[in-house]
Formats: sequence, structure tokens, C-alpha cells
Amino acid sequence: MDSTETLHESAGAAAAEVHASGHAHPRYLLVWLWLALLTAAEVAVVGFTALPKSWIVIALLIMAVWKALLVALYFMHLRFEPLRVAVMAASPLPLAVLLVMTVLQEYR
Amino acid sequence: MEAHAMPYYGGRTPETGLAVYTQKVGMWVFLCSEVMFFTGLIGSYIILRFGASETWPQPGEILNIPVTAINTFILICSSVTMVKAFAASEVGDKRGTRLFTLATAVIGAAFLGVQIYEYSELLGHGFGPWSGLYGSTFYTMTGFHGFHVFSGVVCMTWATVKAFRGGYDNGNYQGLEVLGLYWHFVDLVWIILFTIVYLI
Repeated sequence: MDSTETLHESAGAAAAEVHASGHAHPRYLLVWLWLALLTAAEVAVVGFTALPKSWIVIALLIMAVWKALLVALYFMHLRFEPLRVAVMAASPLPLAVLLVMTVLQEYR
Repeated sequence: MEAHAMPYYGGRTPETGLAVYTQKVGMWVFLCSEVMFFTGLIGSYIILRFGASETWPQPGEILNIPVTAINTFILICSSVTMVKAFAASEVGDKRGTRLFTLATAVIGAAFLGVQIYEYSELLGHGFGPWSGLYGSTFYTMTGFHGFHVFSGVVCMTWATVKAFRGGYDNGNYQGLEVLGLYWHFVDLVWIILFTIVYLI
């Protein structure tokens, strides 16, 4: 079987197909459905005023990171890139987290 | 079998260290710098919000969350059409490539249209960049993101014309892949901004 036609099993989004670039193509519509559902859930969570504000903020941040990961891993194909590319792509994240945490520390 | 066991570079020069072609490495380096640009904006927002003496409005008090949620969904849809355009060009589906690049440009423009509508509504109610820290941070963050979307729409329009002229035929999909990385990054940034600016 030609490598461009090989079915590739990915843990997250079930079967994916490998093409000329070496990328696997996950089920994009499934990822889209998750993103749409999470967006709807975010809007719904804001309406739960009975919950403590801190719980709502944590829930919103988790869903935002979840959505961002779906885009990065499946739409930007980081899940299927060589590890070195993924490391390069993730390289600014520690600095970004450090900056945000340092700034937040000022207002604890 | 590994997904990237036999990469194909379509005549492009692969970076020997990273095993991907140079243009893609360049885009990733650019996106890394963009991460720090938007992180700087978010850091400034945190300082201004938590250090503000004025009361920060509650979510939905000034900004229209339902309209922006729909706009978020619109941008997510454009990411799907973008990745479908890349997938179509990769397998030589000329019709799919043209259809999805055109759809991405149109949907991206629709996102900008909704943002312009949102701005006009807010300005009509007297909420502008001069309306305290809340107004200035809102317009700065969403404005910079909107500029990125505008740049993406311009590039997507050019890519659509190129697709209709057959520029992505015969395995020449790398340009769409690199442009797609930028487009998805803009989507990703909006996901974060939507949460921070509108919902929290």
C-alpha cells in the first residue's frame, strides 16, 4: 500500500488519513463540532450566576485552553508534525505563562 | 506506521534540522513572535484591569456576548474551510481547493463585518476607545486581532485568485499550508481573547 494512502490511527480523533505532506488528516468536522459545543458551553457557563465567580473563571479558562489545543493539534497539524517542530511551536509558551503568572502575582 | 515517515516537500527546500520545508519553519518562527506579542497585550490587560480604580463592567453589561459568540463560531467555521482547502489541494482536488479557499476568504470577511457592526453599535452607545481603561483595552485587543484577520483575508483573497488560476495544482500545496498556519493561529488567538475580554 502506498504511504500516501495509509490509514493512520490517532488516539484522539479516531482514524486519520496520511497524505503527500506526511500529515495525517483527522476528522475535521468532528473537531469543528467540539469547538462549536465548547463555545456554546462557555456562553452557558457565564449565565450560571449561582456559581462562585472563581469556579466560572476556572471553567472558562479550561474550555479556552481545550479549544486552543484542538486548533493547534488538529487544524495546525502539530499532532502529526515531527516532535522538533512541535517543540519549536511550543517554545514561547513557557515565557508567555511566566509573564502572565508574574503579572497576576502582583494582584494576589 | 508514523504519519510523517516519508515527508514530501513538493520541490521546496527542507530544513535539514527540522525535516520540514523552509517556508513552514519561517511561519512557525513568526507565529512564535506573535504569541509573545499577544501575551504582552494580555499582560497589559491584566495590569490595567486588576489595578484599575474604576469598577470593571460585568460580562454582557456593555459587550454583546451572543453576537460575539456567533462571530466566534463564524471564525471557527473559516478554520474548517481553510484546513479543507489545504486537504483538497494536497490530494489534487482542484474544485475543492477553489471552493474552500473562496469560502475561507468570504467567511473571514463576514467575521470582520460582524466586528464592524459590533464597533458601530458600541460607538453609537457612546462606548469608544476613550471610555476609560475598559474601552481602551477592549478596542486595543480586539482591534489588533481584527487587523490580523484583515491581513489574513487579504492574503486569502490573493490565495483564492491563485487557486482559480491553478496555482495550487500538481502538488503545489505548500503556500496554502503556510497561510493556513497563520489563519488557524488567528482563530486560536480569538478563542483566548473571547474568553478573557468578553466572558471573564
